[in-house]
Amino acid sequence: MTEEDKLLEEITAKEYEHGFVTDIEMEVIPKGLTEDTVRFISAKKNEPEWMLEYRLKAYRAWLEMEMPDWAHLKVPPIDFQDISYYAAPKTKPKYDSIDEVDPELLRTFERLGIPLEEQKRLAGVAVDAVFDSVSVMTTFNETLDELGIIFCSISEAVKNHPDLIKQYLGSVVPYRDNYFAALNAAVFSDGSFVYIPPGVRSPVELSTYFRINTEGLGQFERTLIIADEGSYVSYLEGCTAPMRDENQLHAAVVEIAVHKEAEVKYSTVQNWYPGDKDGKGGIYNFVTKRGICLGDHSKLSWTQVETGSAITWKYPSTILKGDHSVGEFYSVALTNNMQQADTGTKMTHLGSNTRSTIISKGISAGKSHNTYRGLVHIGKRATGSRNFSQCDSLLLTDRCGAHTFPYIDVANSSSIVEHEATTSKIADDQIFYLKQRGLDEEKAISLIVNGYAKEVLQQLPMEFAAEARKLLEISLEGSVG
Amino acid sequence: MSNNTLLEIKDLHAEVEGKKILKGINLSIPAGSVHAIMGPNGAGKSTLGSVIAGKEEFEVTHGEVLYKGRNILEMDPEERALEGVFMSFQNPVEIPGVSMPNFLRTIINAHREHRGEEPIAPAEFLRLMKEKAAFLGIEKMIRGRSVNEGFSGGEKKKNEMLQMMLLEPQFVVLDELDSGLDIDAIRKVSEAVNQMRSPDNAFLAITHYQRLLDYIVPDVIHILVDGRIVKSGDKNLALELEKDGYEMML
Repeated sequence: MTEEDKLLEEITAKEYEHGFVTDIEMEVIPKGLTEDTVRFISAKKNEPEWMLEYRLKAYRAWLEMEMPDWAHLKVPPIDFQDISYYAAPKTKPKYDSIDEVDPELLRTFERLGIPLEEQKRLAGVAVDAVFDSVSVMTTFNETLDELGIIFCSISEAVKNHPDLIKQYLGSVVPYRDNYFAALNAAVFSDGSFVYIPPGVRSPVELSTYFRINTEGLGQFERTLIIADEGSYVSYLEGCTAPMRDENQLHAAVVEIAVHKEAEVKYSTVQNWYPGDKDGKGGIYNFVTKRGICLGDHSKLSWTQVETGSAITWKYPSTILKGDHSVGEFYSVALTNNMQQADTGTKMTHLGSNTRSTIISKGISAGKSHNTYRGLVHIGKRATGSRNFSQCDSLLLTDRCGAHTFPYIDVANSSSIVEHEATTSKIADDQIFYLKQRGLDEEKAISLIVNGYAKEVLQQLPMEFAAEARKLLEISLEGSVG
Repeated sequence: MSNNTLLEIKDLHAEVEGKKILKGINLSIPAGSVHAIMGPNGAGKSTLGSVIAGKEEFEVTHGEVLYKGRNILEMDPEERALEGVFMSFQNPVEIPGVSMPNFLRTIINAHREHRGEEPIAPAEFLRLMKEKAAFLGIEKMIRGRSVNEGFSGGEKKKNEMLQMMLLEPQFVVLDELDSGLDIDAIRKVSEAVNQMRSPDNAFLAITHYQRLLDYIVPDVIHILVDGRIVKSGDKNLALELEKDGYEMML
């Protein structure tokens, strides 16, 4: 057996940690997508007529659109009629108190290390848990309530806060924006809704955990965050799925509206099942995330740690409309085995004296392909604006690929754009040094990679940063070769 | 091999890229001793250290290196390290983004795991790290800095000593510990070595100059020239060398 084979064997021996399936009775609608499917979902959620109309418009637009093919990805054909678009636990889908939650479901979130219990809530996190198509539990937090912060599932928001939904849903990512955004607008089942009133700083981190459990299901969640004037919120998102031979589609939309002098920090640790070492199975992750800094001196910061999914197509972007608004994008994307990622950001500078920072760290291992794609657009009126971009790629094997596609488009002469890029391999001397201190090759590489990604990891809230570091380590297992 | 021999090298031949560097080294180092290897540039001093530590670019074509009776040439570098072989590098490499405490804790825990022990408690680790760093006068250096990044030559060597003190190895190769150091720094790193010396461990000090040996006093000095040990003797050999130069040994 060659060294390589041994390592490959090791990878397969190391299971994806979240690969279990929860045995719980689910109501799943038959596969296929028609107008009736859209109506069914809307009816299931007791939605008002205007919401159904919105969905149907999106569905009709989607029918006219084509799947984008400009990314540096090899995407096998997706049969949209072979996907089920809704699955919910048969028992009461929404619980008022933790005591009512199906114990099996609770156990699932426990195994995922997701804090639904009281004591965890006190630790400073409020959680919304989305299981397949529905939000099963939003931890209630008195502090949030007293401050007027709304944190609930998007289905509840449609019922209880229709004015906010009407005003903001689709305002940042219109359903015509792209193929997957249209699909999501038609069939989205649940997701989180956040509203922070003027002048309020959320004292706790708000977080949503997404879990795909049912076979043959597509997950289409929708997140909407509104930060009113002078407010602040830090929001976290985590995702996992069982190991399956089939590919499952995840097409989410996240919209964020940031008003004058408000700040939103949005962190993602994406750990969808990546498929096995031969590229069998895994999640197709086609996600549209965009925020708009509407008011002057507003700020939106994206941090993402992407280690999962067979295919990732994702560009968390910011429109800097307000003068002096700030956009940040910090990303670590790690691909191993046969994974493909095409990810990056768009910074659209419209207001004057706007600033953006892009720090992207790509890590490629196995036979994977890892692409950074970014656009910095500085409009005519965005005078005195600045962008700094740094895109680093680290290659761990000689069979993987790192690609960088930075687009820069500046329409005025008083703005400054800086772009730095590096591609590197880990030096043998570094590995030897660490081995001499007693670390094996995998531990050595994982330590070096964590150091490499530090600039991004340190942007994450502390609890999440530890999780992300561990995740990088796990994702690198067997990557040596 | 006597009972307390810690490291024994038998007829060791090694080459790099086809070039023969070590041409039959024999060496026996008992526990509780310090041996020094001196020699001109290019004699193979550092190669000897690298072969003991297990650096892959050196190919051993003949011979054995027995550590506690086991041929370590058959062990991975990390296994040698975990079994108690430590090398203080001549040019310690930088590891950007990896903080000193994180690095130190990781390597300590790797050794503890190897011994079947629980990971070190954070408070205990901090106490230990601070204590050793204070001894070396580098408390500030370990805060908020990445491993060896932006360290001066002296700081890098003190960092090697810090790791040595924390890992408490049994056999230590000191590769040009004094290179690039001023006299105060040489004193400090030598103090670290001297307070580590015990009947259970041994040191192999590789050095070009006699100067270091004023502070780390060796039991035996070996002169290495062109891949062979040409002369061995007590500490006075270094003084002879200082006076007459390596030419005399050829």
